Amino acid sequence: MASITLKNVVKRYGAGKTANQVIHGVNASIADGEFIVIVGPSGCGKSTLLRMVAGLEEVSEGEVSIGNRIVNDLEPSERDIAMVFQNYALYPHMSVFENMAYGLKIAKVPLDEIKTRVDKAAKILELGPYLLRKPRELSGGQRQRVAMGRAIVRQPQVFLFDEPLSNLDAKLRAHTRLEIQKLHRELGITSLFVTHDQVEAMTLAQRMIVMNAGVMEQFGTPEEVYTRPASTFVASFIGSPPMNLLKNAPDAKPGTITGIRPEHLDITPTGWALRVDALEMLGAERLVYGRWLHGDGDELVIIRTDEAQAVPALGATIHVTPRADRLHGFDAATGKRL
Amino acid sequence: MVERRPLLTALSHVVLILGVLVVAFPLYLTFVASTHTVSEIVQAPMPLLPGTHMVENYTAAWNGTGGGNGSKAPVGQMMMVSLVTALIIALGKIAISLLSAFAIVYFRFPFRMFFFWAIFITLMLPVEVRILPTYKVVSDLGMLNSYAGLTVPLIASATATFLFRQFFLTVPEELVEAARMDGAGPMRFFKDVLVPLSTTSIAALFVIQFIYGWNQYLWPLLVTTNENMYPVVIGIKRMISGGDAQTEWSVVMATALLAMIPPALVVMLMQKWFVKGLVDTEK
Repeated sequence: MASITLKNVVKRYGAGKTANQVIHGVNASIADGEFIVIVGPSGCGKSTLLRMVAGLEEVSEGEVSIGNRIVNDLEPSERDIAMVFQNYALYPHMSVFENMAYGLKIAKVPLDEIKTRVDKAAKILELGPYLLRKPRELSGGQRQRVAMGRAIVRQPQVFLFDEPLSNLDAKLRAHTRLEIQKLHRELGITSLFVTHDQVEAMTLAQRMIVMNAGVMEQFGTPEEVYTRPASTFVASFIGSPPMNLLKNAPDAKPGTITGIRPEHLDITPTGWALRVDALEMLGAERLVYGRWLHGDGDELVIIRTDEAQAVPALGATIHVTPRADRLHGFDAATGKRL
Repeated sequence: MVERRPLLTALSHVVLILGVLVVAFPLYLTFVASTHTVSEIVQAPMPLLPGTHMVENYTAAWNGTGGGNGSKAPVGQMMMVSLVTALIIALGKIAISLLSAFAIVYFRFPFRMFFFWAIFITLMLPVEVRILPTYKVVSDLGMLNSYAGLTVPLIASATATFLFRQFFLTVPEELVEAARMDGAGPMRFFKDVLVPLSTTSIAALFVIQFIYGWNQYLWPLLVTTNENMYPVVIGIKRMISGGDAQTEWSVVMATALLAMIPPALVVMLMQKWFVKGLVDTEK
């Protein structure tokens, strides 16, 4: 097991003036045994970052170390890591057993030890009955487990997951999420998990890295990221529906943006006046889309209410009051938290 | 397209049967001719039913004891030459093409595209175009009348390289990365992953190239002057004596039929692999 340190890591493609920089100096230090999720929208550089840790992409600048060893120039196989790919990348012509054993076979691990390790991993992942099948004879979820098994048998210092759940259906995804959590508890191996799905990020992460356009916007526990977002980007990316970001909130300083989560707005007899534009019933809760009419342009405000609460009429005017301790202030120019 | 119309079914059968007849009739005629004596064959309406001299014609062909003035190399030996030649050409082509496609697809080296295009351009230059310089080279190297002379100039294959390149390009990038993670070096990846995945293409190419090698005519005609090194196709040609001399048509036909057996066998046996590969392979 090992810690991971990223020191001012930069990735650029090409050289000179035409160089395209996609990662702008990421610093992070990940403790031994932590489960870290890297989350961000498509093209934010999260996979590139993971692939640099894996050794599949060259590091243009900065240092990547795994367990006090700078690994910038090491081959992936020398870094003592294992990776689970998005499409699983199982060798189609090998059986499940051979797929899991391949890395060990190359590392010249004795055959009986290979067998012990594969059997153990197969037991953890309930793959026992499928060891002799080919990947094409397995379902998506089973293939996913084989991919994880291939990672487990290597007994690496670090697990890397590159969106491993995105090819599963919703139900299986939730199930596998729990399995991964359980696995991490049992094995305690440092893990880096890339996803674009914020639910996955929130549920799996011990700490999460929120990335946007090659910049690390925030690095913290899911609670911190949710309750104290470091920037307007994080505020709007994490949480569904996103945080209301108001440019012209009453009693806000000019040049600032006021943020308030939909669940922290209460419908009250007095307060901010909104016109109800739309309603969405989600089951346990109801979303009220209010349009706030004031001087320069109107802003959309989303309110999350309990399904038991009275339903406002469409087009009616309602009043809402934010919970004062739940207001967030951001700099309008930089988007950073004040 | 599945359509249930009796007329259409009948029509398609008629077309297919006609097609089979057109293809099969010459073969049948060859067979019939190989079972008669020469004098029976040369009669004005040639007999269309098998005759009674089959055994002696085939024995004569096999042992090279047929009469006439043409070449009398035994078929068994010529077929051996053909078989070795065709196998070397087919396997050599596959090996070289696999490796060059591997280099072109997976390695970044200076002038990569130049080499790719150089190989691609040779597609347009068949043996016949470069036959004189190639003959000169082979003869200067003293490779006339040898297996090397028969096969080496025919082994390099742009078509096969191109085919494997196209196949390798469809192998998902993640598989390459997974192999790197597993610590497989380039040649290990080639041997353990790429080659097993290419089995279908290899089987297809083997069939095509084996027949190509077996049917070589012009090149062996130039480089073999010794009866011991005649491939069977050349052997047949040499059995037909020109001018007024009598040709042992029955023995020629028997030889031709024997010469057809190996390629036909290869097609029939490999077909199974072909289909298996097509059904099974999943990338």
